[in-house]
Amino acid sequence: MNVHALLPMDRRSRTIAVILGCLALFACVFTGAWLYGDRGEVTALTLRKLPPSLQYPFGTDWLGRDMLARTLKGLRISLRVGLTAAGCSAGIALLLGLCAATLGRAVDAVITWLVDIAMATPHLVLLILISFACGGGEKGVIIAVAASHWPSLTRVIRAEVLALRSSEYIQLSRQLGKRPLYIARHHMLPHVLPQFMVGLLLLFPHAILHAAALTFLGFGMSPHTPAIGALLAESMRYLSMGLWWLAVAPGLTLVITVKAFDILGGNVRALLDPKTCRE
Amino acid sequence: MLEAKKVAFRYATDGPWLFQGLDIDIKPGEIVGLPGSSGKGKSTLAKTLAGYMKPHQGSIRIDGHPLQQKAFNPVQLLFQHPELAVNPRWKIKKLLAEAAAPSSDLLTELSIDESWMERYPHELSGGELQRVCLARALHPKTQYLLCDEMTSMLDALTQAIIWKAVLGIAKKRNLGLLVISHDSALISSLCRRTLDYFIQPV
Amino acid sequence: MLDIKSLSIGFSSYSFGLKKHTVLAIRSLDLSVSKKEVLAVVGQSGAGKSLLAHALLGILPRNASLSGDLTFKGKKLTPKDMALLRGREIALIPQSMTYLNPLLKVGVQIARAAELSGVSPKASWKATLEALRRYRLEEKIARRFPFQLSGGMARRILTATATIGKADLILADEPTNGLDQATAGETLGHLRGLADAGKAVLLITHDIEAALSIADRVTVFCGGVTVEEARASDFNGSGKLRHPYSRALWDALPGRGFVKSLPARSPISSSGGCPFIFFCEKSTPLCEGSLPGIKNLNQGCVRCHHA
Repeated sequence: MNVHALLPMDRRSRTIAVILGCLALFACVFTGAWLYGDRGEVTALTLRKLPPSLQYPFGTDWLGRDMLARTLKGLRISLRVGLTAAGCSAGIALLLGLCAATLGRAVDAVITWLVDIAMATPHLVLLILISFACGGGEKGVIIAVAASHWPSLTRVIRAEVLALRSSEYIQLSRQLGKRPLYIARHHMLPHVLPQFMVGLLLLFPHAILHAAALTFLGFGMSPHTPAIGALLAESMRYLSMGLWWLAVAPGLTLVITVKAFDILGGNVRALLDPKTCRE
Repeated sequence: MLEAKKVAFRYATDGPWLFQGLDIDIKPGEIVGLPGSSGKGKSTLAKTLAGYMKPHQGSIRIDGHPLQQKAFNPVQLLFQHPELAVNPRWKIKKLLAEAAAPSSDLLTELSIDESWMERYPHELSGGELQRVCLARALHPKTQYLLCDEMTSMLDALTQAIIWKAVLGIAKKRNLGLLVISHDSALISSLCRRTLDYFIQPV
Repeated sequence: MLDIKSLSIGFSSYSFGLKKHTVLAIRSLDLSVSKKEVLAVVGQSGAGKSLLAHALLGILPRNASLSGDLTFKGKKLTPKDMALLRGREIALIPQSMTYLNPLLKVGVQIARAAELSGVSPKASWKATLEALRRYRLEEKIARRFPFQLSGGMARRILTATATIGKADLILADEPTNGLDQATAGETLGHLRGLADAGKAVLLITHDIEAALSIADRVTVFCGGVTVEEARASDFNGSGKLRHPYSRALWDALPGRGFVKSLPARSPISSSGGCPFIFFCEKSTPLCEGSLPGIKNLNQGCVRCHHA
């Protein structure tokens, strides 16, 4: 999807519009699930397997449950799990990245080695193993996603801080008599923080997708929780019976939500970079 | 006097020496040239003299005292690419004030415009940014300026304008100058004395 | 070949919140370059010289706005055309080796450039080897990575990459920056050679001495405005230069007047008038108020009220 073609404004207005749009979308998901979500639990056997209509925009399932309500609730669960996991993951990444770049060669070697191992292990296998070891459920999914998503951001932060440390303006700052603490506070932090924020935003979609994937595969949340992954897994059985809306509607909303985060991340990055912030 | 005695430097502990056994002295108020083509170690020598790197052998002293760590260094270095020597996220006002806010006299002398203060470094041209770097380096405590290809990216007129300002300030404050350049015409029109360590016999 | 008339490029940018203002980086640029000719664009650093190259290649940032008449081979150029012509009919020789992909062997990169400009994939490797030979590089260089090249070799590779296609207009943006005298001379020699072979070469540089060594004509650029178009032979100190800025630029060379040549700065500021008003000894209220038009003078052009 090309945002530039859709919104022919300049960057700052467009960025602000996009950010507001994304926030509105998330607000809709949360309030919608709060107002409407419980209806997804109600079975109505007279209204089974209805295709999408005005009254039931996402149709109903084989027990007559409203799919819109179930999708909203599922999205809210997925968002909550994704946000928590991505936040934890980014925290780990920040800590490890800073340690690797500042605490000397031995620490750097160990952390780089850890990053390499985590990156070399197939993602899904790692997720399944950790989630399974933690006993599944929401806790298991959060721990698994948090424990497997830090390596790439760790690398970015480590490289960023290392490059900064050898940059001319930081060396010059030392010659101007500035203390390490001043340099860390005034030179390093303003540079690393935006990178971290953007990294965090771009972690969300991954975390949400992987949380859904874990549940879909049956290693995550219990089938009774209407998480998006669980909804999709259930719908697989009914696809061959022609109930396409069971998979399409939740899947599409998941894709839209994830893409919204992705666009949000890219736009925030443009806004925080002095080179592009005035365009 | 800024004095380097028998300094030597190499990047790897078993690598080749970039320079070895160099003696340099710059007196206050003196303008010394260091000509030579690129890639021969002139910039490394400048960084060593300005305290960015420690020489592997030899010593660098100012008026007999070694360079002080963790304090304002009276030997200030100016780079070829001013855009790398400034924090790209700082506005000009903050950049200038990093060591001490420059006096308005200095700003007029270097013709730094008030309207630049709220801009980011990439919104100034190379010559304008180099003047900002100069103003930052010309702290009241600065005694020696090392100019490493300071104007080689600039057009002739801008180059002349910058050097005119630097020469004026150096004379007024009795600063010692080391001019590093590949441009022999520039060196010979600025300096009385040149150091020929990096000129290869043809 | 290429004809540019009163080109202007502006940038809209934000100061605070959603407040916007437009800055004109190039106010009025005029130049023309024809076959078998090297046209040097010299002038102030930061006067927008590199923007000219970006504009011709159609790679200006999105907040830029462009106006003026650009004609290429007799046809009007629109920004869309530029993107199509880039690499095919208009080629850039970039500033440094960092424009090469560090992970690809240079031969592959040259061959790729050839394919993009219309050489068939089968013939492209042969063309690559030929291009290497033309620039006195051995065949085995094609299998090297960019970091294995010396500065001079990298220059030749960049030139070979830009010229392997059928591009008739070659842009060279500051091709001698950071090179030692010998390599710079060699690079300039290649540019001259391209012009002699029938191409049009647009040399953008701040180094007036380098420009004069190969250029036929020189366009002098100051504060976003073309102030003079002169023959290279006019730069000889005999007072043939038409604009005060060209004279000041020439006299400020270290080998000539250097700091002693600088005129006193006048406190007049100019926003709509002549860009050189700060230094000009001849400036009058007329120069302050209006940008002079272009006049033909001694087989050149000048933009000055007093010429």
